Amino acid sequence: MKRILWTLSSVMAAFGIAAAAVVGLNLRGEVPLPAAETLRSTPELVARGEYLARAGNCMACHTVQGGAPFAGGRGIETPFGVVHSSNLTPDKAHGIGGWTSAEFWRAMHHGRSKDGRLLYPAFPYPNYTQVTREDADAIYAYLQSLPAASDANRPHALRFPYDTQAALAVWRALFFAPGEPVVEVAQTAEHNRGAYLVNGLGHCTACHTPRNALGATTEARAFTGGLIPVQNWYAPALNAANEAGVKQWPTEDVVALLKTGVAPHGSVLGPMAEVVFRSTQYLTDADARAMAVYLQALPQHDRAAPAPSAPPAAALARGGKVYEQQCAQCHGDQGQGEPGAFPALAGNRAVVLADPTNLLRVVLQGGYLPATAGNPRPHGMPPFQHLLSDEDVAAVATYVRNSWGNQSPGVGTIEVYRARERRGL
Amino acid sequence: MTDRLSPSPWRRVLALGLAALGTVALAAPPAPVPASSMASRVLACTACHGKEGRATQEGYFPRIAGKPEGYLANQLLNFRDGRRSYPQMGYLIEHLTDDYLREMAAHFAALDVPYPPPPAPQAPPAVLERGRALVQQGDAARRIPACVQCHGAAMTGVAPAIPGLLGLPRDYLNSQLGAWKTGQRRAHAPDCMADVARQLTPDDVSAISAWLAAQPVPGGGKPATALPAAMPARCGGVADVPVAVGATGAAR
Repeated sequence: MKRILWTLSSVMAAFGIAAAAVVGLNLRGEVPLPAAETLRSTPELVARGEYLARAGNCMACHTVQGGAPFAGGRGIETPFGVVHSSNLTPDKAHGIGGWTSAEFWRAMHHGRSKDGRLLYPAFPYPNYTQVTREDADAIYAYLQSLPAASDANRPHALRFPYDTQAALAVWRALFFAPGEPVVEVAQTAEHNRGAYLVNGLGHCTACHTPRNALGATTEARAFTGGLIPVQNWYAPALNAANEAGVKQWPTEDVVALLKTGVAPHGSVLGPMAEVVFRSTQYLTDADARAMAVYLQALPQHDRAAPAPSAPPAAALARGGKVYEQQCAQCHGDQGQGEPGAFPALAGNRAVVLADPTNLLRVVLQGGYLPATAGNPRPHGMPPFQHLLSDEDVAAVATYVRNSWGNQSPGVGTIEVYRARERRGL
Repeated sequence: MTDRLSPSPWRRVLALGLAALGTVALAAPPAPVPASSMASRVLACTACHGKEGRATQEGYFPRIAGKPEGYLANQLLNFRDGRRSYPQMGYLIEHLTDDYLREMAAHFAALDVPYPPPPAPQAPPAVLERGRALVQQGDAARRIPACVQCHGAAMTGVAPAIPGLLGLPRDYLNSQLGAWKTGQRRAHAPDCMADVARQLTPDDVSAISAWLAAQPVPGGGKPATALPAAMPARCGGVADVPVAVGATGAAR
């Protein structure tokens, strides 16, 4: 009897300690919410908030296709299940109409909702935590100025244990710490502004950094590129000359890429087309330039080029034939492209990336560059998923990766199959 | 060079079609498309919709050449904004503006390229007759208006926003009517076509598609400019259609 009692009390004590630990983790690093305050909204503040909300591309996730802006409901697929974005309009019942500016700032800075729940980091608060209170207030004022939409928030569809607050508290203890803008005193104001935009609202590292098994990015591997989970696009390294690093580019080319989606030696497709279309094209020249300057100053870590190996002659011959029939009309006999219309494939970094996912996605699904103020009538790549077999796609990808001076590992049908199956459509 | 997207069997079919119509076709080598032209900017469309948007023999993707401009523009906006769902289509135009989509619509609407003769009917005569009757007379008892009441007596549509029904693959027609019925395809409210489609049984759909797909396209498929009588319903995205003065209304 005594023994049973002892066991029971030990178990209860263990539970108690665990519960206390979870509560402790949950509240970790948080100061009490400032007393309720009222923010005086002005047209200037609202306009500034709109600009910043665009810089943060809030709308892309917080709006469903064809739905009311910022009314939420879009499903963000993660390896742990689907996270649904929330209604950010000033609706009292379903939106943030009942939130104070302090509560909004706490969500941005600490990743905690008004009701105290921890938020899932699909909302990129590991980046937004660097956003200043002043900027968060402006975004809050803008959101409060929108028409209220009564769309109810959809519950997340996450698997156990990821659907528990306890799991989130542990995740945060491991991978999240509230931050402040990093100001390097030795750097120019322009550089620091760029760092603030890239690392904060721009949340570039959310895609351009590899994620670990628990879906977290780490500072040490920032900007080294990563496959975006589930979406299955490779976000290339921003600090490597042989991926998407821009150190060697003229600064105005980087600005052009961010503002128009196209530059002399690169253009955007896939998820980056959305970023340019909904976000970076609206940056002021000064802010786009600041981001460019910062990105150019990133410490470079060139990735080791994959060991060259001559692909089978049969694949090259087959690929060459497909190229002549389907591709040469636009991309040219020598992969030279047509400036202002069709990109060159010779020397194109996106073509020879070690990971062929993006090349295959573009061949299979095609795509238009985003229509922007600076490039309002873009050309588009036709989709070939209906026209070409897996063997033909693999062969033509191998061919363009190994012609006109390009040198990159060949592509197999397995990779094409995977690109088709995981194409996110 | 510019012909590479077009398989050669298609050219033979086209040549036969032209010959059948008694037209003298002079075979000229295709001129290269300047990279800055609209034709060059829409090459992503013609991979599936065929050279100049005249459809391919593949059998599903619809012809878009010469369709009413407003109809094409509405469909592009519907795909982009989720009222129509075909993932490849939505993906391609996701980041294009209203202005550019309208320009694309105008480009394809302005193309005047011949239609091939229709395929042989693929249904028994009784089914075809049922299809014809529904298209031309509707079924008043079941509150199904005749297709021709809105799509024109010649079934080539009405400018600028009502599409023609001819020159389309049977599979495509079946799939569209099915999608209207289930709500997967939608238009701006009031969604008149959804109301009509919901009255149709699967057998109705099959009969209508079989008959329409087997009809030749009269008058180069050009949309009409007016209807003989007022439309039986109001339709979102479709402005008031003029009624021809003094029309005797074959479709009435």
